[in-house]
Amino acid sequence: MGLEEKIPDSIMLTTLDKMVNWSRRRSMWPLGFGLACCAIEMISTFGPHFDLARYGMEVMRPSPRQADLMIVAGRVSVKMAPIIKTLYEQMPNPKWVLSMGACASSGGVFNNYAVVQGVDRIIPVDIYVPGCPPRPEQLMEGILKLHEMVKKESIKNPREEWGRKG
Amino acid sequence: MEEKIRQFLNSKFSDSIIREDNFRGEQSFYVKPESIFPICEALLENDDLDVKFLKDITAVDWYDHPLAENGRFEVIYNLYSFAHKYRFFLKVFLPEDNPNLTSLTGLWIGANWLEREVYDLFGVTFEGHPDLTKIITPDELEGHPLRKDFPLTYEKPRFSWNKDNPPEVIK
Amino acid sequence: MAESRTLTLNMGPQHPSTHGVLRVLLELDGETVVKAKPVIGYLHTGIEKTMESKLYYKALPCTDRMDYLAPMSNNLGYCLAVEKLMDIEVPDKVKWARVCLAELTRVNSHLVWLGTHALDLGAMSMLLYTFRERELILDIYEACGGQRMMTSYIRIGGLAHELPKDFEQKVRNMIKIIRERLFDYEKLLTNNPIFIGRTKGVAVISAEDAMNYCLSGPMLRGSGIKHDLRKDNPYSGYENFDFEVPIGKNGDAYDRYLLRLEEIRQSFRICEQVLDGMPEGPYRAHVPGVVLPPKEDILQKMEAMIFHFKIITEGFKAPVGSVYQAIESPKGEIGFFITGDGTNKPRRVRVRPPAFVNLACLPKLVEGCLFSDVVCAIGSIDIILGEVDR
Ligand code: SF4
Repeated sequence: MGLEEKIPDSIMLTTLDKMVNWSRRRSMWPLGFGLACCAIEMISTFGPHFDLARYGMEVMRPSPRQADLMIVAGRVSVKMAPIIKTLYEQMPNPKWVLSMGACASSGGVFNNYAVVQGVDRIIPVDIYVPGCPPRPEQLMEGILKLHEMVKKESIKNPREEWGRKG
Repeated sequence: MEEKIRQFLNSKFSDSIIREDNFRGEQSFYVKPESIFPICEALLENDDLDVKFLKDITAVDWYDHPLAENGRFEVIYNLYSFAHKYRFFLKVFLPEDNPNLTSLTGLWIGANWLEREVYDLFGVTFEGHPDLTKIITPDELEGHPLRKDFPLTYEKPRFSWNKDNPPEVIK
Repeated sequence: MAESRTLTLNMGPQHPSTHGVLRVLLELDGETVVKAKPVIGYLHTGIEKTMESKLYYKALPCTDRMDYLAPMSNNLGYCLAVEKLMDIEVPDKVKWARVCLAELTRVNSHLVWLGTHALDLGAMSMLLYTFRERELILDIYEACGGQRMMTSYIRIGGLAHELPKDFEQKVRNMIKIIRERLFDYEKLLTNNPIFIGRTKGVAVISAEDAMNYCLSGPMLRGSGIKHDLRKDNPYSGYENFDFEVPIGKNGDAYDRYLLRLEEIRQSFRICEQVLDGMPEGPYRAHVPGVVLPPKEDILQKMEAMIFHFKIITEGFKAPVGSVYQAIESPKGEIGFFITGDGTNKPRRVRVRPPAFVNLACLPKLVEGCLFSDVVCAIGSIDIILGEVDR
């Protein structure tokens, strides 16, 4: 919003934080883009059987300008890496990154010249979901964990400190 | 069918066939590099054999292997006769420096991407190709990844005990 | 008056309708496409090189991750190629089970294609329906291999385990459900004026061009050329089954849609024939030193244990020579060209990717079309970027 950075330290936000976090959590819109096999499981998760719409996340935004959450679903090749970085930079604050699958988290089975060994080399990642591919339930678990993290945040913190919480 | 193709090749191109090979029931003819275009052209024009499909072009790098004495690169043309439902291979050996062939894009448009791929991954050039550029690998990548002397570039996995070290790359 | 120029438009690599990370450079004159140039390589994973650096056994999981909508077809192609190289004959039961699994894969892949293609053309609900049905097939995979997508269930010389006990009942149940629901899809799409308007006469390719572009699979058959490797060069016992090869007439996107639906039905026919006459027998060939012995033997026999250990640690040595084995995957002809060089690692594993070859004809398909038809053309080729870029 731009206003929150101007709030002096002496002011504590409690209920406002809660409300903002609640709304961020309940309508987190993912960026709809898939890279490889994991993307198919991601679509399954959004599909009717697993139904991610229960958490207010069914709207896949094709444009990064309207998205809050980037699900990096699949292996990141060296050729694709700069584009992912651009996409990340185009997303407005606040933004979160979920790295889905072994490939996006660590290179997976492809330890070679063509694959970036983990998307965290290029953008900060908030949560990692292991698996090759992760089951939809696993992805959901990851997303719920992310929701928990969002719950604890305060709007006073600038984005830089949010990234990569260890 | 095998006999027919052999006869056809022997009648017209007897001096460009080096040898024949039949491994696990798959027939291949080793030919001289410069005669690949005329042979394919003649095969395509022959209605009786009906070799209308070029299924694949690929290469093998025999780097550091006894077979490399014929030439380091082996380029394989995978042809298919539609009427006889028969598949056979034309193979050529190319030398290590400046491996060069004539492009088949004049006969099959589909050869365009296949040849670009061989060029990109092996560095075999095709003369007369309309657009011989990299197709798959990023522009910054130097070298041709599927050559055997190109390192696979294995990166040591990092665990909690070495997660703060810089990534260690083994070539 | 201002001079008129063409406009160059970049589509992708992050674009919702390019099925992954395809990038197309379009040259537009108003709304009409003058020239299109697909740019690929954004998912280049070095799979071929990775496979060349592994033992024959350990290269198998890489094949799953190539065409991730049809993992079993890829497994089958690779295993058949290695079996040819090592001269292994597998038991009948394995052949039949493999046929059934490969056909399930075809259904799976076509269902996803149908959903995404319809989504591109604006029919959102199709995606939801087809993904619902797809779960039934994934359940069967899971029962077989323990994984939903990347099962690696088909192994060199046989299968990973015995088929699950309720395999037959599960498959029959799935066939029954999807067969009925196919009618629903047809009701939704086949006579839908919007769908017809957007696909009929769009992305046309003539039989001659299809040959010249070396296409395969539904792209080729859609133009009226009857070429299906299952019939023409049968592998894995396909000659025992009775099925039709549907072909199209006009070579447009609508024909390909009808053709793929019909292929699903034919796949069901094959599956039923497999289930009716599944032979009894072992689930793995007995070739000591090359094929892993069954798990029960490892626990009981010393010899089997030794072979197991040797194969896992140092693999088997392949003779010098190259083999090529092509199978009819849902996308077209997928071929595995494997060269052995006397060591335990392949010298060359080449995959002839059907989607790669088919994608090369995109410029031809969209030439002179309207801009909005590009989406339809890309969809109707049925590309999988994992396989295009490898
Ligand atoms: S983690 Fe596995 S399923 Fe996911 S992109 Fe990588 S190889 Fe594919």
